[in-house]
Amino acid sequence: MAVMSYLEAIRETLRQEMRHDQRIIIYGEDVGVRGGVFRVTEGLQKEFGEDRVIDSPLAEAAIIGTAIGAAVNGLRPVPEIQFADFIFPAFNQIVQEAARIRYRSNGEFGVPLVIRAPFGGGVHGALYHSQSVEAFFAHVPGLKVVIPSTPYDAKGLLAAAIQDEDPVLYFEHKAAYRSIKGEVPEERYIIPIGKADLKRPGKDLSIITYGLMVSYAQKAAETLEKEGISVEILDLRSIRPLDVEMILETAKRTGKVLIVHEDNLTGGIGGEVSALIAEHALFDLDAPIMRLAGPDVPAMPYSPPLEHAFMVTSDKITEAARKLAKF
Amino acid sequence: MDSYADMYRMMCLIRFYENRMAEVYAEGKSPLFSIAAGPVPGEMHLAAGQEPVAVGVIRHLRRDDVVTAPHRPHHFAIAKGIDLRRMTAEIFGRTAGLSHGKGGHMHLFDPAVHFSCSGIVGAGFPPAVGAAFAFRRQHRDSVAVAFAGEGAANQGTFHESLNLAALWKAPVIFVIEDNHYAISVPKEQSTAIANNSDRAQAYGIPGVFVRGNDVLAVSEAASEAVARARAGKGPTLLEIETTRFYGHFQGDAETYLGAEEKEKWRQSDPIPQFRDYLLAHHLLTPDDDAAIQTEVAELVEDAIAYARQSPEPQPADALTDVFAPSLGGK
Repeated sequence: MAVMSYLEAIRETLRQEMRHDQRIIIYGEDVGVRGGVFRVTEGLQKEFGEDRVIDSPLAEAAIIGTAIGAAVNGLRPVPEIQFADFIFPAFNQIVQEAARIRYRSNGEFGVPLVIRAPFGGGVHGALYHSQSVEAFFAHVPGLKVVIPSTPYDAKGLLAAAIQDEDPVLYFEHKAAYRSIKGEVPEERYIIPIGKADLKRPGKDLSIITYGLMVSYAQKAAETLEKEGISVEILDLRSIRPLDVEMILETAKRTGKVLIVHEDNLTGGIGGEVSALIAEHALFDLDAPIMRLAGPDVPAMPYSPPLEHAFMVTSDKITEAARKLAKF
Repeated sequence: MDSYADMYRMMCLIRFYENRMAEVYAEGKSPLFSIAAGPVPGEMHLAAGQEPVAVGVIRHLRRDDVVTAPHRPHHFAIAKGIDLRRMTAEIFGRTAGLSHGKGGHMHLFDPAVHFSCSGIVGAGFPPAVGAAFAFRRQHRDSVAVAFAGEGAANQGTFHESLNLAALWKAPVIFVIEDNHYAISVPKEQSTAIANNSDRAQAYGIPGVFVRGNDVLAVSEAASEAVARARAGKGPTLLEIETTRFYGHFQGDAETYLGAEEKEKWRQSDPIPQFRDYLLAHHLLTPDDDAAIQTEVAELVEDAIAYARQSPEPQPADALTDVFAPSLGGK
């Protein structure tokens, strides 16, 4: 089995799905000749032509709005938003049009659309190239939101998103692009949207997380294992819909839950996961639910010490988990 | 393509529909105005007076051509051939409605005639360009038309869409309906130039301003724009001067509008003008006209009766159609 980076897995999945389905088109800022600023789509225009891999103007509302129109009329657009931070001009089109069209048309119109966007910090991107935006969209019924943590999941979730009949936001952590590598099967496969993944079984506490934080949590779990603390890790993979069953199972199994995300604390997915556990598994808990998340400041700051202060790290996860284990 | 008499008939159908809807809307809403009371439990934006825009453009379209429309959509929907019964049931919020009561009058859609609209001003431009892009990619000669009011031409989506459509030579026609007021604000107080159609120059595409709320002038301009789009020559921007006989919404006191201005609009009603033209040119007889009036009244009354007898939705219906039914474990 080939070992690929997270970024390569995304590119090869786009290539494989595009070969399989002529309806798929890619467009966005710099995705064609350059192959994207992160080079995720490198080589795709050469293989599929300028008709299917298109450099668009800098106009996010138009990129997503036209993708909606094309999706309703028989194409399978996979537009890229260059940085997740740039998605907000398209917020209206995503939230009020894409998410709503099936509902208001009784299922007669669908919007098979995948919006790819790199997100997240720790790469010195500062205020407008580092944000986590998933909670804005996870709030919206009619949208699906997935965030892979490994190259294997990057492929399976992207294929599932492309084959889905409804709009899916596919967020890629830019710090994971080249730093995370793993085995990826050659053949086509999907990972069903809404299915979490038990990354590591454990006895003393559960870390529930997603995206880049999964690898950070794994590192923390290895450290804690040496201290005799057994950590279970649940990778949500989809943050809308959430895998409620697996969330409750892990909470009940260990009785202690640490929820980790890089997105800001308040209104983040951790609040929703926490509420689900409180509603359905409160009496199985041995400690209050703990959340570790980005601080409630308006954006990721620039200077390295400030950025580090914002970012959730393995060390911060280790410390929080240690504290929870002792409760 | 429809004959002039067919165009006249369509304008009369729209007008009769809007006038009857104004009456039906008022049922149960007096002496105290309550938006939720009566058979139409929501907002209502009527398009009487604006018939030339819808009829003049849509007569050049086929069933498979896409139309996106704004919050004042009845004239476009009717001209595009939407199912009048199901449209009316939708306005009444009933199960027989186009979206089983989920949408209401601002959110009509009908996949059978490729019609949809949005309650967000300016939201329909990009999806129309996207539809046009899809047609080109699929090697079809269908076109898309995005209708919107003159207020929408100040939205960013308008400019982004014109640029993209021009760049892609997309088979799309942008039609700005200039009824002079964006709710209460007159065009000259919101728009830096007199005619939005001049903005076409900035994107290197034809822009045409059609004066006088004249259906034949609209038709002539639209004929060229649609032919151009269908031939793969790219988009056109039309701006059509028109007048809104009712308020922005039913219940609008129109304090921003002088009685004289309104009276002037009513005096230049496009429907009697077109009728006189057809009679003078022997394209319509008084008997034809009488038959048309009878026929459109029957159609509208039938649609209203159909809507009235349709049951209201069940509360559980609010929870359906969020996502596609699961297919193959997706």
